[in-house]
Amino acid sequence: MTALLRSWQSAVALLLTAIALIKMPLFAETAANAPETATVSVIVLLAVAGSVAAFLPIGRAVLAFVLLIAAHAGAWLLLSSLSGNEAQARAPFFLLVAANWLLAWACVTHLSALSPRSRPVATFLRLLIPAIFGAWILIIWEAATRGFGIPFILLPPPSAIGARIASSLPTLAADVQQTIFKAVLFGYVVGSGAGFAVAILADRVDFLRRGLLPIGNFVSALPIIGIAPIMVIWFGFDWHSKAAVVIIMTFFPMLVNTVAGLGAAGHMERDLMRTYASDYWQTLFKLRLPAAMPFIFNALKINSTLALIGAIVAEFFGTPIVGMGFRISTEIGRLNLDMVWAEIAVAALAGSVFYGVIALAERATTFWHPSVRGG
Amino acid sequence: MNTVISADKLNLTFQTNDGPVHALSNIDLDIERGEFVSLIGPSGCGKTTLLRVIADLEQPTGGSITVNGMTPEEARLKRAYGYVFQAAALFPWRTISDNIALPLEVMGVHKAERDKRIAENLELVDLAGFGKKYPWQLSGGMQQRASIARALAVQPDMLLMDEPFGALDEIVRDHLNEQLLKLWAATKKTVVFVTHSIPEAVFLSTKIVVMSPRPGRIHDVIDCDLGDERPLDIRETPEFLKIAHRVRDGLRAGHSYEDV
Repeated sequence: MTALLRSWQSAVALLLTAIALIKMPLFAETAANAPETATVSVIVLLAVAGSVAAFLPIGRAVLAFVLLIAAHAGAWLLLSSLSGNEAQARAPFFLLVAANWLLAWACVTHLSALSPRSRPVATFLRLLIPAIFGAWILIIWEAATRGFGIPFILLPPPSAIGARIASSLPTLAADVQQTIFKAVLFGYVVGSGAGFAVAILADRVDFLRRGLLPIGNFVSALPIIGIAPIMVIWFGFDWHSKAAVVIIMTFFPMLVNTVAGLGAAGHMERDLMRTYASDYWQTLFKLRLPAAMPFIFNALKINSTLALIGAIVAEFFGTPIVGMGFRISTEIGRLNLDMVWAEIAVAALAGSVFYGVIALAERATTFWHPSVRGG
Repeated sequence: MNTVISADKLNLTFQTNDGPVHALSNIDLDIERGEFVSLIGPSGCGKTTLLRVIADLEQPTGGSITVNGMTPEEARLKRAYGYVFQAAALFPWRTISDNIALPLEVMGVHKAERDKRIAENLELVDLAGFGKKYPWQLSGGMQQRASIARALAVQPDMLLMDEPFGALDEIVRDHLNEQLLKLWAATKKTVVFVTHSIPEAVFLSTKIVVMSPRPGRIHDVIDCDLGDERPLDIRETPEFLKIAHRVRDGLRAGHSYEDV
């Protein structure tokens, strides 16, 4: 009974496979390209093998490996059998997809429970587990859109989006170059840099702190939908107006966080610097800025996503015929949804890389902070 | 003997929302070069405030005080003292060596001299070999020793210590008291030491200043010389207990009119 509870995913997967066997075939009679019996048998056998493995006396690592192979080989064969049979899938098809999904779930559960000693293996596991998660989002998306025959306009399958990315690489590269490497990066560096510089100024000059912070607050509340067209009028159609929007969006988070961070150093540490007869700049560079680093990196991380959103939205309001926002707004008008999704995927990827680079820099810089060193 | 710190009718009143608080009231105190002076008293008696006035971390509102014949501010700007706080206050982003280098960097001491003083002072507080560790990798007692090394690296004539061992357990505290005494015997620096532990004060000091609260004032000044050689078991001798008794009486008397 405990074995059943511990491996309930496998038990349910076995049950689903059995029901699927009874309800065969996978596709409707009208399917043009129904898979051969041999292929179907392999799919079923893989599902059964994966389910039964959980109840055999084998180690956790071996079991996880068996599940990994069975679930993903099964899913691969199922998805391959879809070609030519779109919208023809019957209940057994979805039951088998669900069975494989449960096996993958069991696999991730076992992988998470492993505690490997060697560092490379631990790193590999840390990457593998989210990769399996991500893969299953795509597998279920693919199976659902093609199996049910969901209209392309509503939601294209990931394979079509992938194919579109592969065939439109030059266009996507030009859009990334225009939006990310020009508008986002420039705006991000200037906006964050200006926020930082003004925070230092406000710290040094009291009337700036009293006068500027409320105004900064006001500016941050300005809606970018309203600002973007005005920036286009001021700075023209090219990337400069988008960079201006990004500067406005990123300035304030950096200002507020840096001002808060400069106040983060403790009284005792400040008194200590005072006993050394340390001047303003020495105290700033040796105590207050290092202590402010966790705050500053917070702002840099917030700004990395804000900058991308700002630049893409700003391109909806007039742009040369290149750029990610431009592409999204025009292709949606032409109902080329795969291209829209391709841009979204690229933007998400670029945003994640951007965020990841900053998070890595943060770990290297604030290694001493309890949140990083752990305790 | 020459006087290093001289306070004359020193007053300090904090203005708070509940009205003025007399933290220091008519303090007269002279400290000679090479003395080890403990300020002892219950919380709120102004012992830390007095130390902070000497260090120019608080401004008195009345009376006068000189440090090395100068105002406390001039003395601070000349780096006349090293200050050890209740907590180690080491910067977590610097290694122990770099923490000891901090005041030297501020003073503009060049690299070779810095390295020499770091090595010397790590040796002095028994932390040689820990220079490359970060503060959070060391125990509380080791951190406080590192902070003493940092204060000594400035090579001040005077050490101001504000309950430096208050947060440590008894055994570590005894050990650090012994070490501090050796250090003082070896360097003959003037030490002003704030504590609320009677044994600690009697064990370490040449002079004990008993303070009492509301308003913060000096109740008694007790000379205390148990000789240069002071093993920990001296705390069981009649001489030691006699002085400890007098300190305790002083602390009680300071409280007598209060409804404790």
